[in-house]
Amino acid sequence: MTTLLEMRNITKEFPGVKALDQVNLKVEEGEIHAICGENGAGKSTLMKVLSGIYPIGTYDGDIHYEGDVAAFKTLSDSESRGIVIIHQELALVPDLSIAENIFLGNERASNGVINWHETNARTEELLKKVGLVETPTTKVDSIGVGKQQLVEIAKALSKDVKLLILDEPTAALQENDSRKLLDLMLELKSQGVTCIIISHKLNEVRYVADTVTVIRDGQTVSAHAAKGLSEDRIVADMVGRDMTHRYPEHVRTPGEMLMEVEAWNVWHPEHGDRQVVKNAAFNVRAGEVVGIAGLMGSGRTELAMSVFGKSYGRNISGSVKLHGKEVDVSTVGRAIDAGLAYVTEDRKSLGLVLEETIRFNTTLSNLEGVSKGGILNKNEETKAAERYREALATRTPSVFQKVMNLSGGNQQKVVLAKWLFTEPEVLILDEPTRGIDVGAKYEIYTIINDLAAQGKGVVMISSEMPELLGMCDRIYVMNEGALVGELTAAEASQERIMSLIVSE
Amino acid sequence: MDNTNKTGLKAYLAANLREYGLLFALIGVMAFFQIVTNGTLLRAVNITNLLLQNSYIIIMALGMLVIIVGGHIDLSVGSVMGFIGALAAVMIVNWNMNPLLTIAICLVAGGVIGGAQGYWVAYWRIPPFIVTLAGMLVFRGLSLWLLHGQSVGPFPREFTVIANGFVPDVFPAAWGESLAVMTGVRQVNVLAAVMGFVAAAFVIWRGMKQRATNKAYGIEDEPQSFFVVRTGIVAFALIFVMWKLATFRGLPNVLITMGVLTVIYAFLTENTVIGRRVYAMGGNEKAAKLSGINTERLTFLAFVNMGVLAAAAGLVFAARLNTATPKAGFALELDVIAAVFIGGASMSGGVGTIVGAVVGAFLMGVLNNGMSIMGIGIDYQQMIKGLVLLMAVVFDVYNKQKQG
Repeated sequence: MTTLLEMRNITKEFPGVKALDQVNLKVEEGEIHAICGENGAGKSTLMKVLSGIYPIGTYDGDIHYEGDVAAFKTLSDSESRGIVIIHQELALVPDLSIAENIFLGNERASNGVINWHETNARTEELLKKVGLVETPTTKVDSIGVGKQQLVEIAKALSKDVKLLILDEPTAALQENDSRKLLDLMLELKSQGVTCIIISHKLNEVRYVADTVTVIRDGQTVSAHAAKGLSEDRIVADMVGRDMTHRYPEHVRTPGEMLMEVEAWNVWHPEHGDRQVVKNAAFNVRAGEVVGIAGLMGSGRTELAMSVFGKSYGRNISGSVKLHGKEVDVSTVGRAIDAGLAYVTEDRKSLGLVLEETIRFNTTLSNLEGVSKGGILNKNEETKAAERYREALATRTPSVFQKVMNLSGGNQQKVVLAKWLFTEPEVLILDEPTRGIDVGAKYEIYTIINDLAAQGKGVVMISSEMPELLGMCDRIYVMNEGALVGELTAAEASQERIMSLIVSE
Repeated sequence: MDNTNKTGLKAYLAANLREYGLLFALIGVMAFFQIVTNGTLLRAVNITNLLLQNSYIIIMALGMLVIIVGGHIDLSVGSVMGFIGALAAVMIVNWNMNPLLTIAICLVAGGVIGGAQGYWVAYWRIPPFIVTLAGMLVFRGLSLWLLHGQSVGPFPREFTVIANGFVPDVFPAAWGESLAVMTGVRQVNVLAAVMGFVAAAFVIWRGMKQRATNKAYGIEDEPQSFFVVRTGIVAFALIFVMWKLATFRGLPNVLITMGVLTVIYAFLTENTVIGRRVYAMGGNEKAAKLSGINTERLTFLAFVNMGVLAAAAGLVFAARLNTATPKAGFALELDVIAAVFIGGASMSGGVGTIVGAVVGAFLMGVLNNGMSIMGIGIDYQQMIKGLVLLMAVVFDVYNKQKQG
């Protein structure tokens, strides 16, 4: 085996921060190399250095690629050498077709006139290679995220890729889509494509990777062969301490019935004939953590959002009771007044005002709590923000920091702070740990346990089954808009949940 | 020690270049015109003119700032302003209605016009660009129709005072005379002179109070030296301008209107729940909605507010010209929008300040005024103003990229 890529002593500084400090990375030709690390460890920065987004001269250290020193000034410099990055947020144009997306910027054309025949024929070939059964003229926004990911890979393959970099490729994918993607990576490997995968999901890393490099706080901590490497070891390297328990210990004694949702029906906002939630009924007791499991698109988020102030859907019917009494949840304001809080799945686009400070975001849902007669008391506001910063251990120099400068885990804590400040009785958490690192996840779990201990009811929606199994007292299983089963913590297992989903 | 301190100052300046840049740009432009016009720019009569000329732009910039921070735009304000001026002329001149009643009716009419446009934007989600472009045409047409294409005027004195009147001196005339003798000028309006010191004292007091609170909460603040220099310049400018006004005819009524409105809107945007919600809506509408903010109503109210302010500007404008013409307010919306963007507001919403918008409007006003004094043709004036707007926004974006 020869070395395809070697990054030596890469140091990259931003004003006031050393994002990378003497990082080393060595990737052999034809291997799948995993890079693991907590959020903010410097993985994405390292990839930006490699791909020329941070041009040569803005960092220290050398990049050796295919035997010589690489000096990439732009992204297209690295692409011309066969290095292609697929980012976490997909870079596809939703209104264009698969074929148009694949050859975007690289059109099959002569004298500026596109040769559609060649474009579509080449696309067919590429789609076959990545195992995607769609016609080239299908619009990208009409296929799911999993398939879009495959389109991205097909696009990379169209550029004669030698080194393919996947940044958290399965973060938004379901189990079976993830598995397909990983198998495709193995397939590409057998065809001689070298891959770098950045991932939080250690089972996937172990499934595909030949070598695992762990980065922590901008430094290379370790580089091991994946064979025989335990997940616990990787986690220990990532967080810098031994983590035997991924879920904090908890003892819960659920109390009286808190919230009951009954006969809940929701129709799609645009396609009026499509029922998204079908006669759903669920409940949560005080001090209880209830999970909702299900595949993506099963209607979990739609259920939660429609309950929370009818923020989704049309022709909503059904009742929501708190303490046995029916409450009005017809607008978000009323749902908040009734005692509900909903932590959105997508914190950046639905949960936070990124350009604003922690203080601004913390009080946003309960400005009445820091104002009198419509006039804000900014000192009270600061105190409130400080209180939650301490309570949730949000890591930030001050509450006047803009939230866009925080890591994913800390952003999530700000969203939680916002909702805790409304003093809700029931919190609905939609994917509360998506895209945040192992250490921060543990802290979020601890917060959830504390909330339950205070007598609040928590409804937790998650795509990660181990998380639900580790945290919940009861788990509802949702499939195609209906709640198809309910399991106690003792009964629940990944297999039972999956079989409930499949049996429908 | 000295060295690290210096880099600290430098870093602070780099991070806050926008605010300081605007202030220094205004000072620089004023200094430039003061020199090339041989001192005409800062003569008492010209300062008075400058304030009167820009009053209606500033009044509308206050409303536009709210609209733009909320993530919208309003292209109709020039036409609405012209229409309200025409309405006032018809009511007062043709129908002999009471000026005060007319003013009240016109302000309500402005609110209704704003609401009529805001309704489509807020509840039908029609892009504000389209709705207000339509409004621009409709109200321009309505002004023409109302005035039958003719100018209508003149207004009675009770009406024109809102733009051309001055606040009478409340202090004994003897005080003014002795002050005039002491300082060697022809006359002094003691009220105006005193107000200059009061305003300066207020600015200093507020700044120091803010610093004290920031310190108490451990918030990183601007370096002491910056604070002293910046506040010093602002305080000095206030005293200087008011003194100049005092040696001419005193405080223009419209300056009081403008000043009071500016203070109210600055407070409204920075210190009230509704102001905070506008920033949240412009910053991330979906998140604001899911935080329980009624974004539809907020949008509607922002347009109602804009309509009322456009009406106020229309009244001031008509009163100042002492006649209503079908062309009044033509293309003025662009000056208003430019002022807001020069003042640092972001096209995508969520960012911008009242003080920035007002300073932006003054910057444009000084450019207009200075170039006119110099005798530069309207052709060059337009080009220069256009480039200033572009440079201001380019400077903004460049700054952001450098930081990010």
